[in-house]
Amino acid sequence: MSTFLQQLVNGITWGSVYALIALGYTMVYGILRLINFAHGDVYMLGAFVGLYTATWLRAGENPSLGHAAVVLLAAMLACGAIGIVIERAAYKPVRHSSRLSALITAIGVSLFLENGGVLLFGPDPRFFPQIVAAKIIPLGGGVTISNQQIIILGVSLALMFALRFIVLHTRVGKAMQAVSYSHTAASLMGISVDRIITFTFMLGSMLAAAAGVLVALQNPKIEPYMGVLPGLKAFVAAVLGGIGNIPGAVIGGLVMGVAEVLVTGYVSPTYRDAIAFVLLIVILLVRPAGILGKSQAEKV
Amino acid sequence: MRRALGPIAVLLLLAGLDVALPRLINPYLFQIVVLCGINVILAVSLNLVNGFTGQFSIGHAGFMAVGAYGSAMFSLHVGQKWADALAAAHLPGAIATGLPLLAALLLGGLLAAAAGWLVGLPSLRLRGDYLAIVTLGFGEIIRVIITNVNAVGAARGLPGIPGWVDFFWVGLGVVAVIVVAVNLAHSTHGRALFAIRDDEVAAEALGVDTTRYKVLAFVYGAFFAGVAGGLFAHYLSYLNPNSFTFLKSIEVIAMVVLGGLGSISGSVLAAIILTLLPEVLRPVKDYRMVLYSLMLIVLMITRPGGLLGNRELRLPWRKRQTASGTGLA
Repeated sequence: MSTFLQQLVNGITWGSVYALIALGYTMVYGILRLINFAHGDVYMLGAFVGLYTATWLRAGENPSLGHAAVVLLAAMLACGAIGIVIERAAYKPVRHSSRLSALITAIGVSLFLENGGVLLFGPDPRFFPQIVAAKIIPLGGGVTISNQQIIILGVSLALMFALRFIVLHTRVGKAMQAVSYSHTAASLMGISVDRIITFTFMLGSMLAAAAGVLVALQNPKIEPYMGVLPGLKAFVAAVLGGIGNIPGAVIGGLVMGVAEVLVTGYVSPTYRDAIAFVLLIVILLVRPAGILGKSQAEKV
Repeated sequence: MRRALGPIAVLLLLAGLDVALPRLINPYLFQIVVLCGINVILAVSLNLVNGFTGQFSIGHAGFMAVGAYGSAMFSLHVGQKWADALAAAHLPGAIATGLPLLAALLLGGLLAAAAGWLVGLPSLRLRGDYLAIVTLGFGEIIRVIITNVNAVGAARGLPGIPGWVDFFWVGLGVVAVIVVAVNLAHSTHGRALFAIRDDEVAAEALGVDTTRYKVLAFVYGAFFAGVAGGLFAHYLSYLNPNSFTFLKSIEVIAMVVLGGLGSISGSVLAAIILTLLPEVLRPVKDYRMVLYSLMLIVLMITRPGGLLGNRELRLPWRKRQTASGTGLA
C-alpha cells in the first residue's frame, strides 16, 4: 500500500509537469486549431535558458530558493519572447493556408529548434546544477516526498491558477475565449485577433519553459532532443482531456503522469512510453472528444 | 498483345537499369537512388490516405515497421530455406532470390494492411486530429513493442536479413504503387475517396459508404508502406527500431504535403527532393539539418499548397482528362 501511495505521489508530480506543457498545446489548439509540434522544443529551450542563468548566477554553488526563482523567471521570460518570435515569423504567414501546411511548418520549426539546439548547446547531455538542495520529507506510512517534488507541485499549481485567473477574469483572457470561439466575430467586436494569438503563444511558451526548469530540478540531464517525447505525450494528454479545454489538459496531464509511473512500477519500465498511447486509444474509443471535451454535432 | 507490351517494356527497362546503374554510379549515389525509391513508395502510399481521402494519418512509420519486421522474419526463418532449395534446383540467382523476396514483400504488405485495417476502424468514430493522434499512438506502440520483443532483436536491432533487394525490386515497387494510385484515382473507388475528402457529409448523403472507403484507404496505404518497409529491410540487411520513429512518419508527411495533397507526381517529386536535400547539404555539415528545417518552413510559407498543388505533372505529348477532384483538404 505504501509503495502504491509513493507511486501516486511521484505520478502526480510528473503529471503536473505534463499538465503544464499540455496547457500550451491546448490553448494554441483552442485558438488556431494548430498542433504546435514545436511546443516540446520550447520546453527544452526553457531548461537550457535555466541552465545558463543558473551557471551565470553560480546558483549551483549556493543553492537558494531566491536563485531558483530567478532561474525560473528568466527561462519563462526568454521562452515567452521565443514563443512570440516563432508565432510571428513562422505561423502567421501560414495561418490562412490549409491546416496541413501549418502543421508541416510547425514540424519545420520543431526540427529547426532541435537542430539549432544541437549547434548551440552541443549534442551531448549537459547537467543542470542543483539549484535547490535535495531534502527528503517523510509524509508518514513510509511515503516520502522530496522538497524538489514539492516545488514542482507548488509552482505548477500556482501557474495553473494564474492561468485560470488570466483566462477567466482579465480582459485579455476574455478576448482569448472570444477568439477561440470565432475569429471573425471577435475581430468584429474590436479584438485584435493577431495580438491575442501572439499573447496565447507567449503564455503557452512561458508555461512550457517553467515545465522545463522544473523537470531539470529533478532530472538534471538535459539535451537538445529532450523535448520530443515529453512534448508528444503532453499533446496526447491534452487530447486525452479534450483538446482546447483548459481543465481537461490538467486532468489529462495528471492521468498520464500517474499511469506512466504505475506502469513503470508494476509492469515494466520499458513499456512506459507505450502506455500513454494505449491509454489514449482506449479513452478515445469510449469518449471520442476526450474526458472533458464536448462532442459537437456536425452542422451541415 | 498490345496490353502486355507496356508491362513487358517496364520490366525490361527496370532489368536494364538494374544491370547498368551499379556500373554507372558509385555505391553512395546508388544507395541514395534506392532510398529515393523507397521514399517515393511511402509518400505515394500515404497520399492515398492523406491526399486522396482527406484523412490525417501521422503514423506511417508504424505500418512501414510492421512490413519491414514481418517480411524480415519471414525471410530469416522461411525465405532463406526457399532460396537455398531453389538455388539447389539450379535456377538462376535472380529467380532463386526473387521468389522468396516477392513472398516476403507481399507478406509484409499484407501484415501492414491488416494493421491499417485495425487503425482505420476507429475512423468510424474519430475525425480529424483525433484520428491523427490514434495513428500516431499506433506508430509509437509498434515501435515500443519492437524495442521490447527479443525475438525480433529488441533494441539491438535485427541483423542478417538476406540482402536480396536490388534496383529492379525497388523500381518495381515504385511502378506498382504509382500504377495503383493512378488507376485508383480514375476508378469508382477513387471518386468515392475524393468525395469524402471534399465533403464527407455530402458524400454520405449521395450514398458513398464513407466508413468502408476510409478504412479501405488505410488498408491500401498501409499495404504499400509495408512493402516499402520490406524493401528497406532486404536492402540494408539490418533493421533497428530507431528507423521507425515518429520522425520518419513526419518525413513522409512532409513529402506528401510538399508535393501537394492528392498529387501523385507531386509526391514522387517531393519524395525525391526531400531525400536528396539532406545529402546535397552534406558539405555544410553541422548546419545541414538546420538548413533543411528552414527550407521546409520557407517552402511551406511560400507554397502552402505544395509544389504542385493538386495538379499532376503530365508528359507533354499525352493528353488526358483531369484526374483528381477539386479543392484541398
